[in-house]
Amino acid sequence: MIRAKNLTKFYGGKRALGPISFEIEDGKTFGFLGLNGAGKTTALRILACDLRPSAGTIEVGGVDVVAEPHEVRKKIGFLPETPPLYTDMAVVDYLAFAGEIRGMSRADVKRRMGSVLEVTDLGEVQDDPIGTLSHGFRQRVGVAQAIIHNPKFIILDEPTRGLDPVQIVEMRKLIHNLKEKHTVLISSHILTEISQTCDRLLVLGRGRVLGVGTEAELAGTKSEIRSVTVTVRAPGSGDAKALMKKALEAVDGVKEIGDPSEQGGGLSFVIATAKDCRADVSRAVVGAQLDLIKLDYSRGELESTFLRLVEGSDGSN
Amino acid sequence: MAATSIIYRRELGAYLRSPFAWVIAAVLLLVDGIFFRGFVLPGQNLSAIVLERYFYWSSGVAMAAGLLLSFRLIAEERTSNSIVLLTTSPVRDSQIIIGKFLAALTFLAILLVMSIYMPLLIKVRGKITYSQIMVGYLGLLLVGSAALSIGLFASSMVKNQVLSAVIGLAILIVMVFLYQFAKTLDGTVKDVLQEVDLWWIHFQNGFMRGVLNLKDLIYYLAVIYLFLLLSVKTLEAKRWQ
Repeated sequence: MIRAKNLTKFYGGKRALGPISFEIEDGKTFGFLGLNGAGKTTALRILACDLRPSAGTIEVGGVDVVAEPHEVRKKIGFLPETPPLYTDMAVVDYLAFAGEIRGMSRADVKRRMGSVLEVTDLGEVQDDPIGTLSHGFRQRVGVAQAIIHNPKFIILDEPTRGLDPVQIVEMRKLIHNLKEKHTVLISSHILTEISQTCDRLLVLGRGRVLGVGTEAELAGTKSEIRSVTVTVRAPGSGDAKALMKKALEAVDGVKEIGDPSEQGGGLSFVIATAKDCRADVSRAVVGAQLDLIKLDYSRGELESTFLRLVEGSDGSN
Repeated sequence: MAATSIIYRRELGAYLRSPFAWVIAAVLLLVDGIFFRGFVLPGQNLSAIVLERYFYWSSGVAMAAGLLLSFRLIAEERTSNSIVLLTTSPVRDSQIIIGKFLAALTFLAILLVMSIYMPLLIKVRGKITYSQIMVGYLGLLLVGSAALSIGLFASSMVKNQVLSAVIGLAILIVMVFLYQFAKTLDGTVKDVLQEVDLWWIHFQNGFMRGVLNLKDLIYYLAVIYLFLLLSVKTLEAKRWQ
């Protein structure tokens, strides 16, 4: 369990983070989401004992980060935005160094090396100097150094930054593999990245927590705006929007009916609703003698949730 | 201790693999050889004086080597971000500094050993003792180590390697010319500054002449300790800033 209470960080007189409070359960994958400068990296560096908080407390596995940083460091593997690599070393030598510096014996490092190379898929380049590797491989070496000592908590700061699409997919697979045995903390400003890899999210904006929860919780609790898209065959006579408005006027939850657009041989209406009222809408449309072709439902998705949270934060500042 | 040893092995390996370190070694040995041929051998042929002249010129090379081998030690790690591996590991700052210092010291010692053929040539043709050579080399190692600790301190202060080299060089020049500056002063300040000087008193009057004074030995160890301590404190302040 990671428990932060009123965590705050100032750089000089400028507040970079906090006060923020959050809890992260063991075995979960936790995402820190926010725009650049939101405080994600600062929060992760404090968790990794690379920065001392200006105020507040933070416990990792029951150990206070400020009081016993070395104990916390033993439990943590950290991949910063720029992987901490010695480019003159071969991959296996570097990983052995990373393991030993964190207190592993040479025998332990040797035993662990095979599985780490396998999980990170570095076997083919294990004897190559890191300086000769591609960006994607270097990022994987960065992940490998973070897991070589089999830490309970793995902190990955923007792990897919600068990777090409193929490398991003591979990195996602790697993170999925890590989820099985570790509590993983990931920061990113890429929404799809976070939504695909994390169980829970913490949305940061200007150093403050804007929301915490699962994607569904964030969307559901904060967003009342959902939409039903109804596509009907164009009526032979009369104003299509007026007919649709008349058909839906008695449906509970319908807030607004948008202007129709031509789509797939029919007319599409985006209807803003306060709840999921697909069944009522379909019955009403059919009851009004309109030919229903298609019906879609859209809950407030992460992207819109994120934008709304961030915009809310901007507005409040 | 284990962490110091692990960092020492990595750093020494980095020196041995680095073309930069070997280029420094080659250039400094070449300069040492040029000094030997151009300034040490000509002139007075008393072998003890020739040996003194050799150590006089070689001390400059040793100080340059100390500075060149150390100015990148921390600054480069900050630039490449590899320092994060050390700062987020259960390792004390003193272990990082001592491990790096000892590795650089080992490479400096290798470099000095490679120059030993020059005093041996003097011995073959003259009347000097092995102990004179050994004391002189101990002096070179100490003055080089002092420069190394100054360079390490400069490296711990800033991320920019050029700036680190400039700061290290500035401190070294001040330390070396304190004696000359002190001559313009009077009283206790003059005496204190002359004793603090890195080269004129403690190297020229002792090690260079093959004389081992305990106070010179303690002086150099104190300078090394001071700058290593400052390096540790600087790293500590930056690690948890």
